[in-house]
Amino acid sequence: MTEKQSLIPCSEAVRQLWDYLDNAISPEDHEKVEKHLSFCRKCCGELEFAKELREFLVSWGAEEIPQEVKARLERFVEEI
Amino acid sequence: MIEVDVRDRSKQAFQRLVIPELPGLYSLARRLVRSGAEDLVQEALLRGYRSFESLKEDAAVGPWLKSILVNVFRDHLRKQARSVDELPVEEVEHFSLYRTLVDEDPLPYSDTLHHDFLRAFGKGDVREVLMRLPEIYRAPLVLRYMDGFATKEIARMLRLPLGTVLAQLHRGRKRFEQELWEYAGEMGLLLEKRIR
Repeated sequence: MTEKQSLIPCSEAVRQLWDYLDNAISPEDHEKVEKHLSFCRKCCGELEFAKELREFLVSWGAEEIPQEVKARLERFVEEI
Repeated sequence: MIEVDVRDRSKQAFQRLVIPELPGLYSLARRLVRSGAEDLVQEALLRGYRSFESLKEDAAVGPWLKSILVNVFRDHLRKQARSVDELPVEEVEHFSLYRTLVDEDPLPYSDTLHHDFLRAFGKGDVREVLMRLPEIYRAPLVLRYMDGFATKEIARMLRLPLGTVLAQLHRGRKRFEQELWEYAGEMGLLLEKRIR
């Protein structure tokens, strides 16, 4: 990949940030995002925020099951 | 040598395997639908029992049941023939919560603006924001980031091409960011923090 080919604009880098964090992009694209991040402070901020937003989603993920619902569903399973 | 299938696929085995999975199943259902989570779980349990033979390993019962639950959810959506409530793609694609927070500076006394913004949300708020997303965006987001399924697995569950799931995930993330910002304004989540 030449120097020119490896350069991407902020919009492209930001579009790929979550997939970059997930390792869900090709090695070539990974390299392009990494290169962009090496000189763009604004996108590094976007990256840090994307990490935080991911954690945020994970941390608010689990929904507690109310005891009465659990008991009803257990009875349902026993009735099958 | 003849291999003997020693998997126990009796009703008792089904009951023994699924009962510990009920909290996880219910949790997923609650994040997929605004109401009717319990019904969704019950239907998934019935379908699971009917196809119990297809469970290859007992250890995989959790993801197997979740996959069935997503199928039930998908079938319900199809029956309702919901119109897809989508923002114009361009509008979604270009929204950045990170940049919006920098530009609007809703917490002028904060040194950690982005972090403090997210801390203003409680569990109920996050659920409400998720429920504001159209189902086509909500389901991949929940399955990927809250339940940890791989994108290929999500594509299989939703019976969609991988590229479609990746695009829905991207737009879902953007839409989620946008809804977080709008919800915070509507509910006055930042007012109390702003005057500290």
